[in-house]
Amino acid sequence: MTQRTTCTDTGAGHAVGAAAGKPDTAVVRDALAVGIAVGLSGFAFGVTSAGSGLTLPQTCALSLLVFTGASQFALVGALAAGGGPFTAAAGAFFLGVRNAFYGLRLSQLLALPRALRPLAAQWVIDETTAVTLAQPSRRAARIGFTVTGASLYLLWNLTTLLGALGARALGDTGAWGLDAAGPAVFLALLAPMLKSATQRAVAALAVLLGLGLLPVLPAGVPVLAAASAAPAVLYLAGRRTRRAPTPAGTAGTADGTHGMSETTGSGAGEDDR
Amino acid sequence: MTVWIAIGATFVGCYAVKLAGLLVPAGVLQKPLVKRLAALLPVALLAALTAQQTFADGRHLVLDARAAGLAAAAVALLLRAPFLLVVAAAVVVTAGVRALAG
Repeated sequence: MTQRTTCTDTGAGHAVGAAAGKPDTAVVRDALAVGIAVGLSGFAFGVTSAGSGLTLPQTCALSLLVFTGASQFALVGALAAGGGPFTAAAGAFFLGVRNAFYGLRLSQLLALPRALRPLAAQWVIDETTAVTLAQPSRRAARIGFTVTGASLYLLWNLTTLLGALGARALGDTGAWGLDAAGPAVFLALLAPMLKSATQRAVAALAVLLGLGLLPVLPAGVPVLAAASAAPAVLYLAGRRTRRAPTPAGTAGTADGTHGMSETTGSGAGEDDR
Repeated sequence: MTVWIAIGATFVGCYAVKLAGLLVPAGVLQKPLVKRLAALLPVALLAALTAQQTFADGRHLVLDARAAGLAAAAVALLLRAPFLLVVAAAVVVTAGVRALAG
């Protein structure tokens, strides 16, 4: 597990790990563990989506086409709350922006041929990135990415379908407490991101904005407004750093990719999706 | 129809950013400020979404069974429960509180 941290951070760790080698079967096993554990949570999405009033084809189309969990949950939540299609899509889009930064790391590690990139792109998400970054060599990274991507894509779509069918059979999803699945998913995604003071400040400000603006702005817009907590806190933290350039500046630096490397830890995939 | 438009827009946007990461030259997204902002955006969005979907009823703020469910999820997270168990805890507790409340 410690080896992962080294690999995630630098190409140097990468090269050292390659010398050590890792059997293909071990890579496949790790990748399948993540793919299956996280793939099963498509149930929660299927149920939530159907409970939000989306039809079966709409629910399945989201998992097939969008295939990035947090965005999917955000979209159905916003639509259920009465948000307009583009406001709802904007919130989902902003949540998906992080995948561009994953893609950046992956393209260096995987060195995919250009023709394959449009295909591989659909699988560029939290879990595949976490598994790929944890591998010691290019070969292992490619196997890890492919196996995690394939197993997760298949299972996520299958469990989405089953969850949506199940929700229909249940009838009133509210009576079963299923409307609490959405916020619980968001909390589970958020929890591993709350490590630094900067991250906590952003979350707190976003909660205040999101709830405070709810009664006054049209549906879906308060979430977008709450996103401004990120640049606002960054700006304030930056000003403080300039004034006192010693320890405060380090607070935010670990925000980025570190959270992901945890996913692979026990293979449980507690964060993301 | 509205829903399909939203699905289409989300698909196009989300796929475009995924592909952009694989295609653009590294330098463009490598600026420290851009990276930090991108890392913090999900924090802000997820926090706001968690709060709203727990405490909002339309455009009103309410305190109902979902709050108990979310608290149960938080406890499960603190106990390092796996993802599905966290969600299940929220669902079961919410349903339980509703059943008790009548």
